[in-house]
Amino acid sequence: MSTDPEKPTEQESDVTRREFLGTAGAALVVAAAVPGVAVEGQTARPAGTPSRPRTQIRLTVNGAQRRLEVDDHWTLAEMLRDHLRLTGTKLGCERGECGACTVILDGKTVYSCSYLAVWADGKSVTTVEGLAKNGALDPLQQAFVVHDAPQCGFCTSGQLMSAKALLSANPAPTVAEVHAALAGNLCRCSNYSRIAEAVVAAGAAGATRRTSGGGQ
Amino acid sequence: MKTFANANARSVQDAARRARDARQTGQHASFAGGGTDLLQLVKERIVSPDLIVNLKTIPNLSQVTRSSKGVSIGGLATLDAISRDETIRRDYPVLAEAAASVATPQIRNVGTIGGNIAQRPWCWYYRNGFPCYKNGGNQCFSFAGENQFHAIFGGGPSYIVHPSDTAPALVALGATIRIAGPSGERAVPASEFFVLPRQNAAVENVLADDEVIASVDLPSPVAGTRSRYFKVTDRETWTHAVVSAAVVMQMEGETCRAAHVVLGGVAPIPWRLPNVEQMLADQPITEDLAARAAEAAVAGARPLSHNAYKIPMTKGVVRRTVLQVAGKT
Ligand code: FES
Ligand code: FES
Repeated sequence: MSTDPEKPTEQESDVTRREFLGTAGAALVVAAAVPGVAVEGQTARPAGTPSRPRTQIRLTVNGAQRRLEVDDHWTLAEMLRDHLRLTGTKLGCERGECGACTVILDGKTVYSCSYLAVWADGKSVTTVEGLAKNGALDPLQQAFVVHDAPQCGFCTSGQLMSAKALLSANPAPTVAEVHAALAGNLCRCSNYSRIAEAVVAAGAAGATRRTSGGGQ
Repeated sequence: MKTFANANARSVQDAARRARDARQTGQHASFAGGGTDLLQLVKERIVSPDLIVNLKTIPNLSQVTRSSKGVSIGGLATLDAISRDETIRRDYPVLAEAAASVATPQIRNVGTIGGNIAQRPWCWYYRNGFPCYKNGGNQCFSFAGENQFHAIFGGGPSYIVHPSDTAPALVALGATIRIAGPSGERAVPASEFFVLPRQNAAVENVLADDEVIASVDLPSPVAGTRSRYFKVTDRETWTHAVVSAAVVMQMEGETCRAAHVVLGGVAPIPWRLPNVEQMLADQPITEDLAARAAEAAVAGARPLSHNAYKIPMTKGVVRRTVLQVAGKT
């Protein structure tokens, strides 16, 4: 799909990825603070291209209410990456096999490459950008850093989302439970043992924080 | 991906009518339950819908409802929900285990029971766009080609294997499939839902183009019923059964009163073994009987050039699952 000539490319956008990375935080705050703003996130279409079925949807993205007009055939990954510029969600296979595109939709992990954006109407989606709070990494992300869970890093955001969903349902999982919950996320660098180690450690640390009455 | 319109269905009849109306204007319509597999087929240009009818917006279609007659599972219930449902885990473990064995957590979170039993084959010729029976063509490339994962029973003229894990479980449980069309509903026993290629090689089941699966209904289990799903795969995750068995037995002490034994991964439909079921009925389950049942299970198997290994594998799966259900391992 990434070679689809019909698809808007990065070049069509008026922000480069780098500029965007510098301002994304501010942009999201504005969108969140003005929920009634006109439909956002549309990409200008060159004149003369055939019209395509579009639908207005409302959804929550990383806690912020969004109202968007999407092409019916956009995948959720396409909407997030190409139109909301949330490029932390990665595309590997684009066919529901690798897990790089994993996001959390209403509490459950889904392959965003294999789910249409219009189907997310009324739902709440969390991407890897939604894990850090107030500039501080989520303890799970911190554990990934400490345990060297990312190698090349391409699978990391998907692994984090599967792990986050697991920890929400099962706060202190065993290694076997981690492997089962992350079975839909491939790591081409094959760093599976470090990834599982990080998730188990994040769970154990969370359990310690809870019993000692600490934060979180 | 090609463009198409999405229509959110309000009821199963509404969904069926939208599909029918689209066809009457010369458009191609597809239903999306979870939609994962449909979108892969669209991306691969194997299916080219002008309209996708989204079933996820139909109220209550994902509910599991208990009644005195048994359990009714809405066609949109996810495989994840089925694998976790307490009633299903307690009364129909074969189905909970089959659902839990499908693909990956992300796919089970969106994949539905209706989509799982109505999924298209995963034969590599079909999935790679070869002009085979399943792609509107007139031959099966696996017969003279790469057929290591293909059928040893019921093949010809197509040699696909049915890819669903839940389908053998549903046949073994005596489920009924409730189907909604534009002008009403019909109920079909799971054992009659699937279609052999010799009946119609282009399809895998009796669904018309404008019909959707409204529910899968399971009868209340008879006292003493025990069941298991056992699946052999060539890797640990995200794959279909090379060989699997759904075994449901009504036990009275050591004795099996009635058995249902249905194989996955070996035939174009869930493959029921009536001769094995008869052998097991009213017999105490012993190692010896299980071994004889395993021999009987492969009577009539016709392997292709690269899949004869499925014969000893099928024997092992039948023997082992029968013993497990009887509590002998
Ligand atoms: S990019 Fe979605 S699963 Fe690989
Ligand atoms: S860290 Fe490279 S793919 Fe997982």
